[in-house]
Amino acid sequence: MRYLIAGAGPAGVVAAETLRRADPQATVRLFCGEQEPVYSRMAIPYLLAHKIDERGTWLREPGHFEALGIELVHQRIESVEWDTHTVRRADGQREHYDRLLIATGARPATPPVPGMDLPGVRHCWTLGDARAIAARARPGSRVVLMGAGFIGCIILEALVLRGVRLTVIEAEDRMVPRMMDATGGAMLQAWCERKGVRVHTATQVLGVERAGSDTLAVHCEHGAVHPAELLVVATGVLPNLDLVADGTRLSLETGRGIRVDPWQRSSDPDVFAAGDVCESVDWYSGERAVYAIQPAAVEQGRIAALNMCGRPVRYAGALPMNILDTLGLVTVSFGHWAGVPGGESVRRAEPGRSRYLRLEFDERDRLVGAIVVGLPEHVGVLRGLLQRRAPLGAWKARLARSPTRIAEAFVACTATTGLGDAASP
Amino acid sequence: MGWQRKILRVNLTEGTCTPEPLNMDWAMQYLGQRGLATKYLTEEVDPRVDPLSPDNKLIFATGPLTGTAASTGGRYSVITKGALTGAIACSNSGGYFGAELKNAGWDMVIVEGQAREPVYLLVEDDEARLLHAGELWGQSVWETHQRIHDIHQDPLLKIAAIGQAGENGVLFACIVNDLHRAAGRSGVGAVMGAKRLKAVAVRGTRGVRVDDPQRFLQVTTEKKRILAENAVTGQGLPTYGTQVLMNVVNEIGALPTRNARDVQFEGAAHISGEAMREPRPTDGRPNLVTNQACFGCTIACGRVSRIDKTHYVVRNKPEYWKASGGLEYENAWAMGADTGIDDLEAMTYANFVCNEQGMDPISFGATLAAAMELYETGAITQEDTGGIELRFGNTDALVTLVEQTARGEGFGRELGLGSKRLCEKYGRPELSMTVKGQEFPAYDPRGIQGMGLTYATSNRGACHLRSYTVASEVLGIPEKTDPLVPDGKPALVKAFQDATAVVDSSGLCLFTTFAWTLDDIQPQIDAACEGDWSLERLLEMGERIWNLERQFNLAAGFTGADDRLPERLVKEPARQGPAKGLTNQLGKMLPEYYALRGWNEQGEPTPETLQRLGL
Amino acid sequence: MLKALSIVPDKCTGCMQCELACSYEHEGVFNPARSRIRVFHFHDEARYVPYTCTQCAEAWCQLACPVEAIQINPHTGAKEVIENLCVGCKVCTIACPFGTVNYNQATGKVIKCDLCGGDPACARYCPTGAITYVDADLTAYERMRMWAARTDTQAQASA
Repeated sequence: MRYLIAGAGPAGVVAAETLRRADPQATVRLFCGEQEPVYSRMAIPYLLAHKIDERGTWLREPGHFEALGIELVHQRIESVEWDTHTVRRADGQREHYDRLLIATGARPATPPVPGMDLPGVRHCWTLGDARAIAARARPGSRVVLMGAGFIGCIILEALVLRGVRLTVIEAEDRMVPRMMDATGGAMLQAWCERKGVRVHTATQVLGVERAGSDTLAVHCEHGAVHPAELLVVATGVLPNLDLVADGTRLSLETGRGIRVDPWQRSSDPDVFAAGDVCESVDWYSGERAVYAIQPAAVEQGRIAALNMCGRPVRYAGALPMNILDTLGLVTVSFGHWAGVPGGESVRRAEPGRSRYLRLEFDERDRLVGAIVVGLPEHVGVLRGLLQRRAPLGAWKARLARSPTRIAEAFVACTATTGLGDAASP
Repeated sequence: MGWQRKILRVNLTEGTCTPEPLNMDWAMQYLGQRGLATKYLTEEVDPRVDPLSPDNKLIFATGPLTGTAASTGGRYSVITKGALTGAIACSNSGGYFGAELKNAGWDMVIVEGQAREPVYLLVEDDEARLLHAGELWGQSVWETHQRIHDIHQDPLLKIAAIGQAGENGVLFACIVNDLHRAAGRSGVGAVMGAKRLKAVAVRGTRGVRVDDPQRFLQVTTEKKRILAENAVTGQGLPTYGTQVLMNVVNEIGALPTRNARDVQFEGAAHISGEAMREPRPTDGRPNLVTNQACFGCTIACGRVSRIDKTHYVVRNKPEYWKASGGLEYENAWAMGADTGIDDLEAMTYANFVCNEQGMDPISFGATLAAAMELYETGAITQEDTGGIELRFGNTDALVTLVEQTARGEGFGRELGLGSKRLCEKYGRPELSMTVKGQEFPAYDPRGIQGMGLTYATSNRGACHLRSYTVASEVLGIPEKTDPLVPDGKPALVKAFQDATAVVDSSGLCLFTTFAWTLDDIQPQIDAACEGDWSLERLLEMGERIWNLERQFNLAAGFTGADDRLPERLVKEPARQGPAKGLTNQLGKMLPEYYALRGWNEQGEPTPETLQRLGL
Repeated sequence: MLKALSIVPDKCTGCMQCELACSYEHEGVFNPARSRIRVFHFHDEARYVPYTCTQCAEAWCQLACPVEAIQINPHTGAKEVIENLCVGCKVCTIACPFGTVNYNQATGKVIKCDLCGGDPACARYCPTGAITYVDADLTAYERMRMWAARTDTQAQASA
């Protein structure tokens, strides 16, 4: 059996390792499109913040893949001939596959405004981007960060730690709008502002101009102009659908990503997809969704691999979850934090102490989503409670009164304690 | 090390919270907790002060072993001038609050002045704040606990609070932490109430360090093994709690019954530790749910009980169906044998209410017992009691009056004065079973002679925990002495008093001394604390603390004449049991005790004694 | 045979010796707030439940780590945080549905139970046998792992 994996991000790497374990005789070839060691984009901000060196971004130790008998190929896969089970590499070579995993991930979106091609305008996505940013983001430099989403906020901290003078422009009305509600977003903004970051929300970047040899002028709505040596663009990501778009004769079914069934299989039975490139389903609603997050990527990679080698394992759907540490303020969101129809919301905010907890229950008293700000202990249990998908019984009322008792609720609801249905008194 | 070297001074009048360094010179002489806080109190408070006035101070003090891995290292004490006694008060409590306070970085909190409006103190590590307690005032300890958790949303906040009893000036009001552990005696809760301090809520994440960690872990591990292998601390206490004593003490004829008219109780078996483990006929479950440990305790003597839902007292009160702190021996005695009541479930309810509202069950039960005798002798009538037929054995009276006393309603208002003032008021002072205004607990000094001297000389008023000679006289720890003879008891009492002062100053629990001697405790203190803490130094310190407390009381107006027992114990012979025909021989023991202490015949420390102890 | 922590809440008295032992073992200080094991107190039900990492077979934390900073100790089977690799991104803290990986602000790294390299201090100091370190058979904790598998969104074996 010959397995090819296009993309050496977390989904691809975990899939390769899983295939190796599950099918020791097979050929496993992992294609990395960048001329770099296999690294983690998640780690780039920590590289920028000097917390680690480049080696610290590597997903695996040198020699790891060779030792496992996984063939790591530094070649971008350019296209796929679905009917002949053949891929074409960047160097023109063709390779046959029995099963193909597309784990090509996502790429940063470039907003349609003038000046995005100027020097000094960078995404923060690849190690190459990181080196370019590091060169320009020096102590005292003026930097504009376009987009205060999840990735923007990770970069935000790294930039501040580099000592730059930072201005953040976010088009929506709050920071991290996909992960925080108005209360949480406002807390995060106030926190950042206290740390000396200028944050402008509900304003668009209209265009960027050269304003000197090494200076940019970032034009925003209402005539605001922000001079900067560096503009970092972090306005979201899009699935890398090149392989699919290129297949003219027969392509794969796509929505916002490559559509997969609960076995991570695409519309072509020998082609699977995992990670940011695939459109899976939401764990709660069952609706199609693309959640470009690390935990979902590795789970999908693992499950795709098991199914590729004939061990049927069903994926129960992607559970959105994010955790951010922005200059010391930890923010977390899980699931349907904005609530579901017919559900109930519990919110406790202490803006003065930058603490906030929001829990969302559905009409069957099951936890469906949560937001946590400034209370980082045992947050993982929220995932446990969400996955449990069982009514919380007496604990629903207790959590409504004391939402911070989430860890107790989880422990009480586990089988070993016998407290799950304890309706006390 | 061992100490955090930091104390928090809270001035309620000014509304300020101020950190200050711990006086390490004093720490070297008084170690911590009881000793060290007494030093602070005696330096800062005029002994003649009205206990309920703003000039009195209230100290929450931990010891150097509080918050460490030493077994039972979770204790704290509340030191103040007692509302019930007017003497020095030092009430020791377990649970988790003390260790949390220490973990927050504080050795003690000194509360002074009086708040204009009710407040509570919130301590989160270094940060201490006084917050309005308007909506908490009038609430029980339990409700206060819940509401503070609602407000601050930190499930790990540990809370010590007063209930309605402390607010209403019940003179034996206590301070309850962790819902059912209490700094119980002498009315420390009334002092807190007078200061309008509703609660202290603490969260500590800073940790506790010791001087020589390796030696400390080695020695504490070794000493834990002794506790585990000892019959009392390894089996008796975890299985039956202090309630292991009920049948034992009854058998030897030293269980004060019906206000100490008798020394054996026919219903003892029904209210014993054994009874608490018996499945009930109604629901097939025992009263006792489980045992519980306080912070760091490897003995785990705490009782956690659930009241029979079908019992008439709680049938319509589901809020009392949950598990909570069950009967300890003294409580079961006070609200059982001493009142002639043998309804375990009703007594558990009364115990819950004492915890819920912050009342000392010993003083409450003993005061109720005195009131019952006043009633049976005709000194009070149903007109005084509001229609309650206050006879010994009347369970309804217990249930009604525990509620009334906490709330300051009806005849409960009178009970809230304590038995000394109650009996004086109705012209029968001799019926009050008190010393220095405090009700004595569950050991009759006619059947356990040493306890007579213990009660008479206890610096905080009658108390078993100042020199628990029961250990020797009944249990044979460290060696058996005859409970029926007074000989040798003065030396025994003095030795126990001094050693107990050491234990109470360390952060450890006195119950360890069923298995440990000071020889076992000394190396634990020595490993935790800087400096050389030899046995001799500790024993001298214990004696110093005892004399310092004595000096406070003498300056407060007490004299040797207050080292007395209720007449009944020295004049009315025991009516049954092994001690039948005996009275307590205090008159024989007291002069010898004074001499051993280096006190003059008036019970005052001689100048030589004071000098020897550096006082 | 690998050993595992066996936790029997029925035997726990809530004394916190495990938390003291754990924090001392890992941080050199007696500080429950820094313990990798936590005892949950259910006062009204009179239950005390020691709770820590189950070292689950397909560890969510390990899979989710973007820099391979959580690795299996071959001698104990414990999933250990490799301090100098951890970048403090905290993804593992939300990926672990048991909430037993936590972030330590002081070090900027995550912390979790590492079985103390094969001699867990919590078990050593537990006075009642509520926590023991035994051959990994069907312990109480094993049952918790089975529960974990049941509620797993990650993988459900299909028919």
